[in-house]
Amino acid sequence: MPNRKNYINGLPDPSTLKEEILKKYPPKLAKKRAKGLVINDPNLEQEIMANVRTIPGIITQRGCTYAGCKGVVLGPTRDIINLVHGPIGCSFYAWLTRRNQTRPLEGEDNYITYSFSTDMQDENIVFGGEAKLKEAVREAYEIFKPKAIGIFSTCPVGLIGDDVHSVSRDMKAELGINIFGFSCEGYRGVSQSAGHHIANNGVFKHVVGLNDRERVGKFQVNLLGEYNIGGDAFEIEKLFEEAGITLLSTFSGNSTIKSMEYSHTADLNMVMCHRSINYIAEMMEEKYGIPWIKVSFVGAESTCKSLRKIADYFGDADLKAKVEEIIAREMAKVEAVKSSIRPKVEGKLAMMFVGGSRAHHYQDLFAELGIRTVSAGYEFAHRDDYEGRKVIPSIKIDADTRNIEELSVTKDEAHFRPDLVEKKAELVSKGFEFKDYDGMMPDMLKNSLVIDDVNHWETEKLIEFYKPDVFCAGIKEKYVVQKAGVPLKQLHSYDYGGPYTAFDGAINFYVEMERMLATNIWKMIDAPWKHESELVGSMTIEA
Amino acid sequence: MRKIAIYGKGGIGKSTTTQNTVAGLVEAGFNVKVVGCDPKADSTRLLLGGLAQKTVLDTLREEGEDIDLDDIVKVGYGGVRCVESGGPEPGVGCAGRGIITSINLLEQLGAWDEKYKIDYTFYDVLGDVVCGGFAMPIREGKAEEIYIVVSGEMMAMYAANNICKGIKKYAQAGTVRLGGLICNSRNVDNEREMIEELARQLGTKMIHFVPRDNMVQRAEINRKTVIEFNPEHNQADEYRKLSRAINENTQFVIPNPLAMEELETLLIDFGIVN
Repeated sequence: MPNRKNYINGLPDPSTLKEEILKKYPPKLAKKRAKGLVINDPNLEQEIMANVRTIPGIITQRGCTYAGCKGVVLGPTRDIINLVHGPIGCSFYAWLTRRNQTRPLEGEDNYITYSFSTDMQDENIVFGGEAKLKEAVREAYEIFKPKAIGIFSTCPVGLIGDDVHSVSRDMKAELGINIFGFSCEGYRGVSQSAGHHIANNGVFKHVVGLNDRERVGKFQVNLLGEYNIGGDAFEIEKLFEEAGITLLSTFSGNSTIKSMEYSHTADLNMVMCHRSINYIAEMMEEKYGIPWIKVSFVGAESTCKSLRKIADYFGDADLKAKVEEIIAREMAKVEAVKSSIRPKVEGKLAMMFVGGSRAHHYQDLFAELGIRTVSAGYEFAHRDDYEGRKVIPSIKIDADTRNIEELSVTKDEAHFRPDLVEKKAELVSKGFEFKDYDGMMPDMLKNSLVIDDVNHWETEKLIEFYKPDVFCAGIKEKYVVQKAGVPLKQLHSYDYGGPYTAFDGAINFYVEMERMLATNIWKMIDAPWKHESELVGSMTIEA
Repeated sequence: MRKIAIYGKGGIGKSTTTQNTVAGLVEAGFNVKVVGCDPKADSTRLLLGGLAQKTVLDTLREEGEDIDLDDIVKVGYGGVRCVESGGPEPGVGCAGRGIITSINLLEQLGAWDEKYKIDYTFYDVLGDVVCGGFAMPIREGKAEEIYIVVSGEMMAMYAANNICKGIKKYAQAGTVRLGGLICNSRNVDNEREMIEELARQLGTKMIHFVPRDNMVQRAEINRKTVIEFNPEHNQADEYRKLSRAINENTQFVIPNPLAMEELETLLIDFGIVN
């Protein structure tokens, strides 16, 4: 099939598109919104406006702070009861909707298929819900005897002033298990991003470091910001296991609270989703001296790069050899599938508006198939996810950010790892990069349009302008986009698919793209009479 | 039926004024219902002779939805039907939401049924209109006439002006109107003139000036309204006049709240400078 658009000599300048989008807004809003739409030039240092409040009245993609804390970060952890303090809707709509998977060992607790809620009623709003919350904690404990219970605050909890932290302390004393609360009321931040930060703080404060387990492996690592959607984490775990890398804990796909308790005994932290989890990585380095690197297992090439980086960090010859062996074997499989699919989809155009890392990571997978990303943006990322960590000192701290507790972390003398600090210094001197996230914009093409917090109006204009072959976002966008004749791949839940990480995941994704893109079905979205001229006839009536 | 809500700064004497006014109306032969909208549940004490009243919300909590109207309505002085909405302990939960729940329940139970032949309902509401819940009586036409209890003290006037902002907000969309200011005197200089001027600027009138008299306190200690405790006393007549003024009132307006500077100018003109 010939390419509908040939942008071989570079992408078109989208200035007119940007103007047209902004023209619709009131002047004050247009001025603000203009800063969130950047015509990319990877050779320039461009600034984008991100992590600011969504404008009321537009249809945003964003979720709430509670969703980020309960749904994203703590949700995938199987051996903790995540108890939602609030009306039932907040629990129901956060019930396994992200398709996080988990594989409990024989006899191990798994609560992620349950939905726990205090089911607040009018009476609990009027008289306060603390008593009911305590009852719910006791009830959950009696039935399940969990090792830990997390309590999540929904909007009304903050409005009426229920103190989930004091309830947690009381119940912890009463039941003798780990119980902690999160002040993650939905309205507390700009987006779900605030909830991620609150979750990071809570896990770091109440879980990390509780168990000084003896070493069990030569290379002990944690994987941060991998949520095992559609089984992604299983693919990565498989590789680590074969390479002889001991994965202590994942925050938080296919993971346990139990493993987070001894995660501070790792030699290295690997950050996948920078936006949602860099806080814990930073705090663990501060407290325990564990360095962190940015990795990505989305895309076969990224997976190779990340595996090699881990092997380089440990500097072990056997590990390096093993990693190369795996890469050689797996890449052969990947190449075989890729070479048959790539010709069918090459030259197609994609756009993706999702997450705080995914819109960046998935560009790599598309690039492997020769599909170019013409426009992309995040839902809830901050400037550093677009422009790189170098801009962190210049990010303005606004009132919304101040609303989130900033933990002051000090060195834990008993557990601090000076050997790792030394190792890091040595590697840095050889040019090895730590905390190396340069953001999405430097990796995108010139003239691609970068948009933060895209809304439906902008989505429609983008589709009109670029006529993309595939659009990646979430369920809220899916059917609107598909009605425009563009297939949409959900990158939150993967629709019904996945895993898409590492080598087998990449193969999965190629096949999925072939299924979605090498077809004419999307051209048949309009009814035939929309394109064919009206039938005209005449008749004579004889009296 | 006329539906009246009494607002005013905390401690200004809303409950006392309401109950004494109600006593005046009862004496004149009207059927009156009083709904206390204060978590302290002390809006009907003088009419019930101190009788401990089980609140709507407590009853709801203890007995569930299956409530008899008689469980929560107590008949007091001269046949006044008294209800206390009640609410949570201080610092807990949401009292505003409690008022909404409580009034909805009363309606559902038929508290305003034809058979009671109620001429007047009074809502006695805590403090300023602090949040949506406390505005409940003036939303959705629960109360249609508002009287604000005020004195010549600055903070009381600020509060009255603020309450007018709340009334204006709901008046534009509904039937609620301001009926007037009730001056509950604190013996401030030029008090009468100042409140009359405040009322004029708000677009309403001072419906009555209630002088300060210790008889009110004496009656309260005895858990009675002045009209019941000492019907011959001057102060009893003052409350009779107030209830008559309310009964005869026909001037219902959407108030024009004052800007802060206007309010301060008023205070300077009448009080501080002289």
